[in-house]
Parts: sequence; structure tokens; C-alpha cells
Amino acid sequence: MDAEAAKLIGAGLAAIGVGMAALGVGNVFGSFLESALRNPAAADGQQGRLFIGFAAAELLGLLAFVVAMILLFVA
Amino acid sequence: MAAESGKIDPMHQFLIEPLFGQNWAIAGHNVAFTNSALWMVVTLAAMLLFMVGGMKRELVPGRWQAAVESFTGFISGMMATNIGPEGKKFTPYVFSLFMFILIGNIMGMMPVGIVGVHPFTVTSHLTVTGVLAVISFAIVLVVGFWRHGFHFFSLFVPHGTPGYMVPLIFLIELFSFLIRPFSLGLRLFVAMTAGHILMKVLAGFVINGINAGALTVAIVSIPSFILMIGITLLELLVCAIQAYVFALLTSLYLNDAINLH
Repeated sequence: MDAEAAKLIGAGLAAIGVGMAALGVGNVFGSFLESALRNPAAADGQQGRLFIGFAAAELLGLLAFVVAMILLFVA
Repeated sequence: MAAESGKIDPMHQFLIEPLFGQNWAIAGHNVAFTNSALWMVVTLAAMLLFMVGGMKRELVPGRWQAAVESFTGFISGMMATNIGPEGKKFTPYVFSLFMFILIGNIMGMMPVGIVGVHPFTVTSHLTVTGVLAVISFAIVLVVGFWRHGFHFFSLFVPHGTPGYMVPLIFLIELFSFLIRPFSLGLRLFVAMTAGHILMKVLAGFVINGINAGALTVAIVSIPSFILMIGITLLELLVCAIQAYVFALLTSLYLNDAINLH
């Protein structure tokens, strides 16, 4: 296979990771909303933890994006 | 830019160009005043304008003062919940970090392109966000060793770890501690870069669709433009969330250094 083609395929495969992170981020906010509706009084106190979970889930997707960008523009 | 070939280069917006002082040098390194430096100055000026306008210390705050106080109250509340009373000392640092990142992010989204000025997002470069992350990490290290001495290493062994697990847990915790500046800087940098690339790719769809004729305007350009409006709103949300996450994680890391779990 041509090296350029392999790079483009690799970047496309790395984009799958971004979609996986979307599942993770959706899960974080979905679970938060589910339990926040059960106990709205406690929801505001947990917003910091919500965003920590969001940041951790999002980081892995962003890393996949970095891999794609490195394959496309740097490698 | 490769506009003549009909292809819009989404990475061109991140190019750092010297504006003046091309031959200024310190110890052989070029220190020209670049567009990155210009937008940092713009960010700083906007922040100064916002803060000075609201720091009149009136007993009954006006709108502007109420806006500034809601920002300061937000950060000091975050420090109080995450660190406790000891966090008060670090509130100025985390507040300036938060405001710089927030305004820097928003400045990059400003529609000044319609008057011919190219906006530049200072936080879309790992050099800038990396330095901010390293400053945060250095403060954590200095504070941790200053307050606890070598007892700071107990951060890497959680309470109740069985003896035979200590070496492994220590390595894992040390690694996750050392990776923090990278993840902190990388998160902000990639979130801003990704958003701006997405905007430029969609803008490329709009422009190329208009160039290709009436049919593609209807089926490509107009839907892309509507999507761009939505993505712009999402980007403004991401600007605020990323600034908040950076400040929040800094406060959590400071909490580790001050209170040791």
C-alpha cells in the first residue's frame, strides 16, 4: 500500500476514537441528568464532579483527534 | 493559502506570523512580535477593561460590577468547595488563569474577519496552553513540597493499600501525577484546535458550494451555513467549558498538594 494512503486510512481509523469519546461524554451527562432528576436538591453540589468526568472522557477523544491530525499533517 | 485551487486550508489560521521586529533576538532566538503575541495583548486589554470597569467598589453594584462579581464569586466559590479555607490564597492565580483562557478562547471566535482582521486563538497552540499547564503543575509541586516535605510522596500511596501492592500502586499513581501537565495543556489546545478546524472546513463547504453554482448553493452551502451557526454556538459553550475545566482541574491538583487526599 502507498504510504500516503496508509496515513489517510490511519487518520480515518483514529476518528473512530472521537466517536467513542462521544459515547463516553454522552454517558457522563446522561447519567448525571438521570440522577439529578431523581434528587434535584443534590444536583448542584455535584457539578464539579460532572465536569471532571466530562473532562476525563473528553480527553481520550481529543487524543484520538491528535493522532488523526498528526497522521494527516505531521507524519 | 491554497484558495486558487478551490481548496481551503483549514490549518492556515494557526500560522504564527511576525508582525514587526523580525530581527529582534535574545540569545540567538527570534523574539519578533507575532500575531499570537498581538492577540495575547488584546486578550489582556479586554480583561483589564472588564475588570477595571467593574472594580468601583460601590455599595450597590451596578450591572458591570455585578458581572465582575459573579465571575470572582464563581471562582472563589469553586476554590472554597474544592480546597477549603486554605484555597483562598490561590484564588487570584486560578482567577487570572480562568479569565485569560476564557477571554483568549472567546477572542478567537470574534467575527472580526468581516473587517479584514484575522482572529487568532492564542489557546490553540500547545506552546501557550503547555506553559499555562506547566505553571499550574509547578505551583502544585512547590506548594506540595513546601508544606509537606518528603511526606508529599504519600500522595502516591492511597490509605489502606496492602503492603505488597505498594510498589505497583506507587508507580501507577506517580505516572498519573506526572501526566497531568500534558493532559491539562493538551485538552485545552486540542479542544480549541478541533473546533476551529471544524469551523473552517464548514466555511470551505459554503464557499466552494457558492463557487460551483446555484444547485450546490441550495444543497450544500445553505445547510452548511445553518450548521455553522449551530457549531458557533457550541464553540462558545466549549470556550467557557474548557476554561472552567482548566481552572477546576488546577484547583483539584492544588487540593491534592495542600490536603494530601
